[in-house]
Amino acid sequence: MTESGPMTGPVLTDGTAGEQPRSADLSGVPAKPNPTGANGEIGGTFWRRFVFRRPLAALILQRLGLSVGLLFAVSLMIFGGIEALPGDFATTYLGQSATPQAVENIRKDLGLDRPWSERYLNWLGGAVKGDFGTSWASKNSVSEQIGNRLGNSLFLAFFAALISVPLAVGLGMLAVQFRNRMPDKIINVISLAAISLPEFFIGYLLIMFFAVKWGVATFPATVYESMSFTERLSAIALPVATLVLVVLAHMMRMTRAAILNVMSSAYVETAELKGLSTFRIIARHAAPNAVAPVINVIALNLAYLVVGVVVVEVVFVYPGMGQYMVDAVTVRDMPVVQACGLIFAAFYIFLNMAADILAILANPRLRHPR
Amino acid sequence: MSDYKDYLTRQVMLGKMNRREFLGRAAAFGIAASNAGTLFATSAAAQEPKRGGHLKLGLEGAAATDSRDPAKALSQFMFVVGRNWGDMLVESHPTTGAPVPALAESWEPSADAATWTFTIRKGVKFHDGKELTIDDVIKTLQRHTDDKSESGALGVMKSIKEIKADGDKLVLTLTEGNADMPLLLSDYHLIIQPNGGLDKPDAMIGTGPYKVASFEPGVRATFEKNADDWRTDRGYVDSIELIAMNDATARIAALSSGQVHYINRVDPKTVSLLKRAPTVEILNTSGRGHYVFIMHCNTAPFDNNDLRMALKYAMDRETMVQRILGGYGKVGNDFPINDTYALFPEGIEQRAYDPDKAAFHYKKSGHSGPVLLRTSDVAFPGAVDAAVLYQESAKKAGIEIEVKREPGDGYWTNVWNVQPFSTSYWGGRPTQDQMYSTAYLSNADWNDTRFQRPDFDKLLLEARSELDEAKRKDMYRTLAMTVRDEGGVILPMFNDFVNAATKQVKGYVHDIGNDMSNGYVATRVWLDA
Repeated sequence: MTESGPMTGPVLTDGTAGEQPRSADLSGVPAKPNPTGANGEIGGTFWRRFVFRRPLAALILQRLGLSVGLLFAVSLMIFGGIEALPGDFATTYLGQSATPQAVENIRKDLGLDRPWSERYLNWLGGAVKGDFGTSWASKNSVSEQIGNRLGNSLFLAFFAALISVPLAVGLGMLAVQFRNRMPDKIINVISLAAISLPEFFIGYLLIMFFAVKWGVATFPATVYESMSFTERLSAIALPVATLVLVVLAHMMRMTRAAILNVMSSAYVETAELKGLSTFRIIARHAAPNAVAPVINVIALNLAYLVVGVVVVEVVFVYPGMGQYMVDAVTVRDMPVVQACGLIFAAFYIFLNMAADILAILANPRLRHPR
Repeated sequence: MSDYKDYLTRQVMLGKMNRREFLGRAAAFGIAASNAGTLFATSAAAQEPKRGGHLKLGLEGAAATDSRDPAKALSQFMFVVGRNWGDMLVESHPTTGAPVPALAESWEPSADAATWTFTIRKGVKFHDGKELTIDDVIKTLQRHTDDKSESGALGVMKSIKEIKADGDKLVLTLTEGNADMPLLLSDYHLIIQPNGGLDKPDAMIGTGPYKVASFEPGVRATFEKNADDWRTDRGYVDSIELIAMNDATARIAALSSGQVHYINRVDPKTVSLLKRAPTVEILNTSGRGHYVFIMHCNTAPFDNNDLRMALKYAMDRETMVQRILGGYGKVGNDFPINDTYALFPEGIEQRAYDPDKAAFHYKKSGHSGPVLLRTSDVAFPGAVDAAVLYQESAKKAGIEIEVKREPGDGYWTNVWNVQPFSTSYWGGRPTQDQMYSTAYLSNADWNDTRFQRPDFDKLLLEARSELDEAKRKDMYRTLAMTVRDEGGVILPMFNDFVNAATKQVKGYVHDIGNDMSNGYVATRVWLDA
């Protein structure tokens, strides 16, 4: 039921979509009248009334507050993680050519000789003001470089999502429609195969056939500033195809499972007995109730498309965020790693929040948790 | 027969063989001399450079963290970038390794080789139109000598005491005599920049054959021909594009599909696959880089020379070259110098795998129990496999080696030069003196074998300032023998640089100085459409 999908990176909220449509307890709306944490500070009765009247607005507000806290925790964790890695920036940056003198110079230059708490607070002071500082290694502005790279990553993710989400949902419905018959089986076999192949291998296969053997696709997928929009599109064709194959199966199988789950319920049976067509039953009666887990799994995959595509970026030589962060981790370029980490975390948090809100909008019963 | 003729012709075209060698080999093969003469003429005619075209290279080793400042150039990618836009005072000859003039047109040592006077070339223009002056040269060298600088050439510049101008000549005073001084200035960090790069180290303005058109760190760099280049024997293509490709498979795919003309770092494991592509040519160049197993001479049990000898005899060098380098390399002889260096001491007996001798020395050392070898694949490609192969060949001599795989992260900080027995890699150096001074002098920072021998140090310093070549060569023989028979380095192999290009690429120069035609690949080749 829960296949291990492309769940790399920090899953900050419970991202498993089980058989039950996920209730909104997770979103922090208090289920019992004992407000805790942030709720208590806003003045109990007013807040409770607000939650009752405007459950959605309350949910969003709470989530936003929580997100800020989470981002702080993430930044601290990243900082601690890099501190714990063997070797600091000076030694790893110089590698085998590190003379004690050169290492000393770099450490002094960057203030690496100061205690870590002081360095963290300094960085935090800048980040709060929106200043991510300059990269230690290349001495370029981090914000500027990230702007470029993030744009590339989003460009890739956007087109991959544009193709994969409708396709996955459509195929999922198709599989339900032809349950246990030929089309369903074909879809299942292909999706299982796509899930079982590691993404780099899918990438290599596509390169081998489309670029090397037939010469119909562009390779490498490097995009750069002076490229026209159509050139960019042709450059990302292969990586997008790879990503679609990677995320498609996960979303499609979840759609199929969620709808099948609902299909076995009483009201669907009633609809069938009324003589409605199968398609109408799925679209009008089953889908709205099945939408919550599907939205969740889509959110997870969208996050993956931005955050987890390092391997695909490397294989296709695509200058996105993942590649940027890996380069930075390799030399312990703290400002860059921190900035990337925060952006990735923000993506996860935002997409999960959006998924919950959309699920509630689609299925009003979730607003009033049992 | 015709295959062999083809092969010889190729060798001439690749610049691996001169006319005399060619005729000798051809005669040995029974090709008539007159016939051979025409053969040479045809292959040399194919050497006539063509100008124009857009050259694309897919290179490993770029990162988003790459710095534009040549002082901080570390990666393979930035090495080539710097060669395209800049010049040093001195270059090294591709086949002999001797110093040849670049921005310095001539030089003169004092009798004790401690003072050097360089004449700077006139009429050279920077890309921004400014004329090159002695002042730019002095400020460049000063910037790299400054203790506060983070220059990769800091170690090279340490021996310079004073940099000054004498009219329009450059005078360098050294802390001690050094006959190799000019070669030190060929270090790839020492690109001469306007005003020494003091105000704008990142400007990428130089005197080289190409101007930088665009540069995105870790992604791509493009270059346009510099119309005012002071040299005509380089810079044949109109424009160059370097694309960062850190994935080995991606590089091979890009080359075999014709998307790029040249790639670097071809994995020996995949060479045979790449060879099958009809449009591709493998370019392998003997180099000075070598793979080493290093023991600390001052730490038990390696402080016993019999144990060190046992471990040296237990190394199966031929197998290493075949299995780890796929045949693209040469066996080593436990000292860090090979015949690509000037003044190489010929005729030293090649040490071979000999389990009996290894067992004899092992017994004599009195050591028992396993010897711990630490390794990681960052030490050199295939280091872990090499350690396991070594374990096998030592077992036949009754020596037990325990292989411990260390994490790649932090290997250079926590294992290399710290632990008593590990695997490592050395790139070559321009001169024998520099190689020994870097890693075998008692007080060297990187003396990773803890080889402390006052007599060795003394002789090395004497050889450094010796201007009589015959005497100097003798000294280097003694030094080599000392390291080979008493040092802590087991040196199974010198690795070739393995690159590949499409057959359109002509005029590739096999340069012993460093990988990728010593970084000059893009400025030396031309495209034959």
